[in-house]
Amino acid sequence: MLAVSNLTKRFDELTVFEGFEVTVPRGGFTALVGPSGCGKSTFFDVLTGVVAKDRGEISWRGERLENVGRDAAYMQQKDLLLPWLSLLDNALLPARMSKRDGNARDKALYLFKRLELQGFENYPPRKVSGGMRQRCALVRTLMFEHELVLLDEPLSALDAITRRSLQSLLLLLQSEFQKTIVMITHDVEEALLVADEVLLLTPFPMRIFGRFTPQSAKPRKSSNPELLAMKEYILEQLQQEVTNHHAVLEPVDGEGWKP
Amino acid sequence: MKDPRYLSFAIVIVFLAAWEISCRVFSIPDFILPAPAQIISVAVLKAPLLLPHAGVTALEILLGIALSLLVALPLATLMFAHPSIERALSPFLVVSQAIPVFALAPLLVIWLGYGIASKVLMAAIIIFFPITVNLLEGYKNCGTEYVLLFKLMGAGFGDTMRLLYWPWALPFFFSGLKVGVTVATIGAVIGEWVGAQQGLGYIMIQANARLNVDIVFAAILWLSFMGLAMWVFVGFLEKRIVTWQ
Repeated sequence: MLAVSNLTKRFDELTVFEGFEVTVPRGGFTALVGPSGCGKSTFFDVLTGVVAKDRGEISWRGERLENVGRDAAYMQQKDLLLPWLSLLDNALLPARMSKRDGNARDKALYLFKRLELQGFENYPPRKVSGGMRQRCALVRTLMFEHELVLLDEPLSALDAITRRSLQSLLLLLQSEFQKTIVMITHDVEEALLVADEVLLLTPFPMRIFGRFTPQSAKPRKSSNPELLAMKEYILEQLQQEVTNHHAVLEPVDGEGWKP
Repeated sequence: MKDPRYLSFAIVIVFLAAWEISCRVFSIPDFILPAPAQIISVAVLKAPLLLPHAGVTALEILLGIALSLLVALPLATLMFAHPSIERALSPFLVVSQAIPVFALAPLLVIWLGYGIASKVLMAAIIIFFPITVNLLEGYKNCGTEYVLLFKLMGAGFGDTMRLLYWPWALPFFFSGLKVGVTVATIGAVIGEWVGAQQGLGYIMIQANARLNVDIVFAAILWLSFMGLAMWVFVGFLEKRIVTWQ
């Protein structure tokens, strides 16, 4: 289980979160949904150790850690593929860096097949579509061999159709590869489609103000009445939150107050 | 005629034609300004005389490039890896650019002699700065998300340098090198002017003293050709190596 408790981070006068608590069961899939600029990304930065926390405890699989930077695979909105390496070499980077076993290549090739990238192993990133690049980034994420996976708006740069097909691949992370996943998104529907638990966040300081656990079995359809009702409700709540914080949100440009 | 290359070509032709015609119409003496046709014919006919000297100058430039690379690559990397070293060295780098390199030429000839060593050093000093600065800029330009990715992968400094920073900085390095090779010619020729027994610069000084202005121009023509050829070659290398841009 990933357990975060009493987590606090301030940048000068701005309290990003204070006493923030969240737990994700092992093998679970939790989505954090909130308006942009609510501190989600800073939360990940603190989790991975990019930014030092002021206070609080982080524990993973029962072990107290300063951060989970060494234990988590991280996937972002940008695919971050190196343009000078082929798709396969990009996917092999984590194994290459950790000087791990010789069968990394076989594993990568299997994942290429599994994520429908077969035949494109030797293509440079610029020669394939955005969806394929993001799938390659997903393969690389899996090649970290870390059980904990942090997804920071992994699909938000993609068009709607590509996005939908990749959402089903996100489900694979949990169902086939037994990962424990924390995903940041501002797409409510996406969160409801793939996550076990959806946490709604408010900004300044970041707090959880809503917790939703869709009961329908995965894979879920966006036409699912349970999801539709939840989505409607959540959007209303978010709308209200944003309106309430409008005066505060105004001077902040998106997530621009990250250090 | 939409291709801008046609326009460049047309400008050159018009310029040369105007030059040729002026020389003939105003009967300008050869020792003041020879006509283009004569310069070209001298450059070709005197090739057996000029080429061995051009070879020496080319060697000086190439060795100068090699020498500056030998210093610039490790230095830029060192300055990048240790910002304190960069802070300590950068004032010297800037001051070194404030000193007119040409003013150093007589000293270098005194210290290193009339052979090619002083010219190689002159060329190296001139090329060194753009390469170092560009490479350092390239390293620093690397996207922070990529750096984070490498950190999370547990990559060491060597791997990050080799697989991330160095390829990232390559286009910067090449633009520095392009600037470098074109100005390297200046360094070598100035060195030869001050004191040499071979090289196109030496030929120019000799010919100038005898008012053989056509030979001076022919040497300039060969020098420009060499600079252009190196620039094209570096561009070709860049295209072959930096395939992702």
